[in-house]
Amino acid sequence: MDPGFVVATFWRLMAALPLTLEVWALSVLIGGVIAMGLTWMRVGGSKPFAALSRGYVFVFRGSPLLVQLFVIYYGLSSFAFIRQSFVWPLLRDAFPCAVLSLALCTAAYTSEIFRGALAAVPNGQVEAAKACGMSGFRLFRRVIFPIALRQALPAYSTEVISMTKATALVSLVTLWDMMSVALKIRNDTLVTYTPLLVAGAIYFVLNFLIARAFLTIEYRLSKHLRPRRA
Amino acid sequence: MLGFGPKGWGPALIEGAMMTLLVSFAGMAVGAALGSCVAWAKLSGHTIAGAVGNAYAAVFRGVPELLVVYFVYFGSSALLTGAFHFAGFEGFFGVPSFAAGALAVGVISGAYQAEVYRGAYLAIARGELEAARSVGMSRGLMFRRIIVPQVLRFAVPGLGNLWQVALKDSSLIAVTGLAELMRVSQVAAGSTRQPFVFYLAGGVLYLVLTTFSNRFFDFAEARATRGLRRMEG
Amino acid sequence: MTEPCAITVVDMRKRFGALEVLKGVSLTARDGDVISILGASGSGKSTFLRCINLLETPDAGTVTVGGETIAMRKRRDGKAEPGDWRQVDRIRSQLGMVLQSFNLWSHMTVLENLIEAPVHVQKRRRAQCIEEAHALLNKVGIGDKADYYPSHLSGGQQQRAAIARALAMRPKVMLFDEPTSALDPELVGEVLRVMRALAEEGRTMLVVTHEMSFARDVSSRVMFLHQGVVEAEGPPAELFGACKSERFRQFISGQARQR
Repeated sequence: MDPGFVVATFWRLMAALPLTLEVWALSVLIGGVIAMGLTWMRVGGSKPFAALSRGYVFVFRGSPLLVQLFVIYYGLSSFAFIRQSFVWPLLRDAFPCAVLSLALCTAAYTSEIFRGALAAVPNGQVEAAKACGMSGFRLFRRVIFPIALRQALPAYSTEVISMTKATALVSLVTLWDMMSVALKIRNDTLVTYTPLLVAGAIYFVLNFLIARAFLTIEYRLSKHLRPRRA
Repeated sequence: MLGFGPKGWGPALIEGAMMTLLVSFAGMAVGAALGSCVAWAKLSGHTIAGAVGNAYAAVFRGVPELLVVYFVYFGSSALLTGAFHFAGFEGFFGVPSFAAGALAVGVISGAYQAEVYRGAYLAIARGELEAARSVGMSRGLMFRRIIVPQVLRFAVPGLGNLWQVALKDSSLIAVTGLAELMRVSQVAAGSTRQPFVFYLAGGVLYLVLTTFSNRFFDFAEARATRGLRRMEG
Repeated sequence: MTEPCAITVVDMRKRFGALEVLKGVSLTARDGDVISILGASGSGKSTFLRCINLLETPDAGTVTVGGETIAMRKRRDGKAEPGDWRQVDRIRSQLGMVLQSFNLWSHMTVLENLIEAPVHVQKRRRAQCIEEAHALLNKVGIGDKADYYPSHLSGGQQQRAAIARALAMRPKVMLFDEPTSALDPELVGEVLRVMRALAEEGRTMLVVTHEMSFARDVSSRVMFLHQGVVEAEGPPAELFGACKSERFRQFISGQARQR
């Protein structure tokens, strides 16, 4: 491997990192909001809503993200009524389509994580809060959410990391993220390994940092589980 | 268009789905081989083997699946010339992209399967291993008669999840041109100019695959735990 | 009789599916009363207590706390539900409930557990709540554990913290739902001592319990439930001395044998 080429490749890839990060951050954020809605529908007590939420999770978890991305980017644009509607300025470009499909997909997985975390909140602690006169949003904010958050974090960090990996798929819908830049360099230079290896290393470090961040948060929030220091 | 007539894409899509099953299955098999090696390396207590196992699992969990597919596909000619010759894949299908795809899915799956096997091994009651030793079983016999059957039982739910992941990851192999479900949908979408219909059809077929294999694994899990209960009871 | 009633329950009924757990149970506690509610498991005693602060919704019956009756209304399917959940929350904060399995909030320290409801439900001043909380913790004998998390405490200490948490809301009535059942035998005493002290300072308490000694020596009245109805009721001396109810005598001798 030629060190000069490695360095040049690294900087060209780093130039594409912002787009990768944008897709990642936006889809995680939007996906999280949708997931909250889905979870609320699932546990809210309304049967039709719960069925809808279950159906959503079934569809988006049961099919590959790549198919979902192509249905949204290539599929929807084939309809004249969508091309004439107000959403067209959004769906015309690859970027919003990519963010949308990644967000819709991660929402399904995330809502399952949220649901599991809610189910893991000990019922007795909720009862104790009710017996103290807490209810509704206050009960959720002060007792249910803080406990569920601690339950959800490990699985949620895995999901967030899998989203960094999923951003590589946007290279298949004409976006210039790190993956497509790596492929372009490979194509232009015919060097087989280096561009992909360097890109892989950047993704790896990125995920390592995300994992570290989550571990730090988990550590901060788990004081009650650690043995007390005298 | 979706029909089975002379101009219909139905048969091609079904064939694509079959190819998806095949390549995912081959990938799972590769992953099982790699995963059990890595699990063994991690459990061995050997410092270097453990470090290698950990590094392998960390790398392939931390790098995009698509990148692994490209890497294996482009790199296969150089790296895996030898690997094509055994197992008869090449002769049978004539497409290196099948082997590359299965290997890519397998390498990723292996990183996750390792954790499943390791967890399953650790779930075996220590007392049962002591009992095996106390009745004079050799290490090999104990491994074959006590450890492997139980690891498989405890691993069933985890493997079920990973099978679903493998099915979905296999869609990425479309970039190598292997005529699996995703690729067939792509070709059909392109040549009929009906992307929505064909990507949706592809998506539905993936749903059918994941749902049916889910059923199968539920069944397998029920059987496995029934065996456990009978043993405990 | 003009003595004020701390809590009145009239004709409470509750069924779970086909099983009728409470078949019309009434109770009146005046200020300072300590009422022990006894009964075999399945007699409905815990359900009765949980219906009082609406952790379970009773099918029929009224609950009056400090002169205020909880408004109930009929749903379309014929079941009852509270008419105004805000009223329920207000009344709940006047009833200090101590649950069988402590249920301290695991992510908060003991002190945070104590000030949570006073600060966020009753909107009292934080500094004052903290001061009171420390006094309460001293009273139940764990004054040095304020900044511990629940998982760092023994069961007996957790239950005493839970009692302090209930007291921190300045409740009119304390409800105890088998407060010692989840404890190891050697930890029961420290919790009972705290409860006895509370009784002696004149707190109104409803106590569902299996502790016969507490019922006999501490309570002002004993209520014995059998299959959802009040089988016997009266001052402990009367009941434990010569009770007319054959079932109650059997129950006591059964409890005695278990010791």
